[in-house]
Amino acid sequence: MKLSAIDNTRQSRQLNPVDEQLLETIADLHGIPQGAYNIRKNGDLLSRMSSANIEIVSKQDKPGIDVIVKPGTKNESVHIPVLVTASGLHDLVYNTFDIGEGADVLIVAGCGIHNPGASVARHDGIHEFIVRKGAHIRYVEKHYGQGEGTGDRILNPRTIITLEEGASAEVELVQIRGIDSTNRVTEARVGASGRLIISERLLTHGAQHADSLITVELAGDNASAEVLARSVAQDRSKQVFRASLVGKARSRGHVACDSIIMDSAEISSLPELHALHAEAELTHEAAIGKIAGEQLIKLMTMGLTEKEAIDTILAGFLS
Amino acid sequence: MLKLENVTVAASNGDGEELEILNKINLSFETGKMYAITGPNGGGKSSLAKVIMGIYQPAEGRLYLDGKDITSTSITERALMGIGYAFQNPPRFKGLKVKDLLSIAASNRDHGNIERLLRVVGLCPRDYIDREADARLSGGEFKRLEIAMLLARNPRFVIYDEPEAGVDLWTFEQLLGVIAGRHKANASSTTVVITHNERFLRAADEIVLMAEGEVKERGSADAIWPMIEDDIACRWRTTCGGELDEAECYR
Repeated sequence: MKLSAIDNTRQSRQLNPVDEQLLETIADLHGIPQGAYNIRKNGDLLSRMSSANIEIVSKQDKPGIDVIVKPGTKNESVHIPVLVTASGLHDLVYNTFDIGEGADVLIVAGCGIHNPGASVARHDGIHEFIVRKGAHIRYVEKHYGQGEGTGDRILNPRTIITLEEGASAEVELVQIRGIDSTNRVTEARVGASGRLIISERLLTHGAQHADSLITVELAGDNASAEVLARSVAQDRSKQVFRASLVGKARSRGHVACDSIIMDSAEISSLPELHALHAEAELTHEAAIGKIAGEQLIKLMTMGLTEKEAIDTILAGFLS
Repeated sequence: MLKLENVTVAASNGDGEELEILNKINLSFETGKMYAITGPNGGGKSSLAKVIMGIYQPAEGRLYLDGKDITSTSITERALMGIGYAFQNPPRFKGLKVKDLLSIAASNRDHGNIERLLRVVGLCPRDYIDREADARLSGGEFKRLEIAMLLARNPRFVIYDEPEAGVDLWTFEQLLGVIAGRHKANASSTTVVITHNERFLRAADEIVLMAEGEVKERGSADAIWPMIEDDIACRWRTTCGGELDEAECYR
């Protein structure tokens, strides 16, 4: 059964091979997702399905959706991929997720751009999560760009997370490749006994530019956060990464930024710690370096060519 | 058979001056034999391994594998010819898991064998196969993984660079058994162990004693061991200014 064959909200639109490839890349979708989903293409709804516990409704005042997860919902998922396949399109979407108390769900987002023309293709996605008391989410957002056109592929995600008391979130933000420009903003507020893990993986190449700003406010006692960022900059690409932890209570936080720099690329890595409470324990580490020659040689002694060794090291580093 | 003819390797000392780290090495390693290479630190043992593996290129001389000149072949080509090298200090890999490295070593075949090899080197597959091969593994654990990777490749000419370094006594016994056992079970393979350990030296068919980038002696353990003891005593005296005896050195 094809994705396009079902649609419980409006007329189905046909998925073409490019759409299918993008969906597979950004959301690992090979067919109909399990559970609730909302697929958006070129600014319009392509297909949607709510479930008994996860309701998806269109916003009335601006483009986007509200995803409401009932309290206590467990082991369910919601997929909300976005496809942009038209040159000259600027897609802007506001999505809000209200995760009910005690729920535990997987949310898979992501955007794939296929730019066939000379104009810019751009998607700005603003995602706001309210994770209620004791709830847990795993949120995976992958970005990918391709297309034979000369127009830039631009993705500007903004992610706002509020963790209430005892809530937790694992947030995985990935830029696979092919995005010419990205301005990524992630803001989080962690309540008492809340736990947040943000893992960012980013690859830039060619003349691409990536700017990522992550700010986490540890607002409640026993809140904790880890920000783990890994990036690879190839060719002439440029990256700026800023991660700021603000400890406002008895809390723990750690930032680790690790980058591989290649060719003529440039990377700035700027972890920041702000302790506004005497019992806020905040640490950071940052490293930027080339692929170690010893690693390449080791893999070549196992029969890989130099290029295969580089690809293997980078794939592992960004996995 | 692997043969080195007049192999010289030079390296820069950082001031633009070229120093010979291997000097006119003539050595042959016969198929089916186990060799131990020993000698003082900085004597050229690991450099010899690296020139055989293709990591270092000789400034002079030739290398032959079964009569074929392999001097100008790459590391990858030598690996595919069946030469394998377990590093003394293997590098760590962020993001790559134990199973990833073993799969690469085994050329992505026979995953059941990967688990068996982990057990052989004393690493429980359940505990290790999904772990990242990064700094969170201890030196001894990584050393065992390095040897498992080499076993997964199953090369016909295998070099272990100080397999005893950084491993505990119990693991050492196990690794000694694995290395010697594999050698006995593979009549068509050649094993070279760079070592400072007497048990490895005595397990070898032949010992090569290297110092100052040269082969000083070679022969059976019985023939070479007294020379090693004499040389150690001599070095103690030299280190202490040439006038003190050993007892005075310890005082």
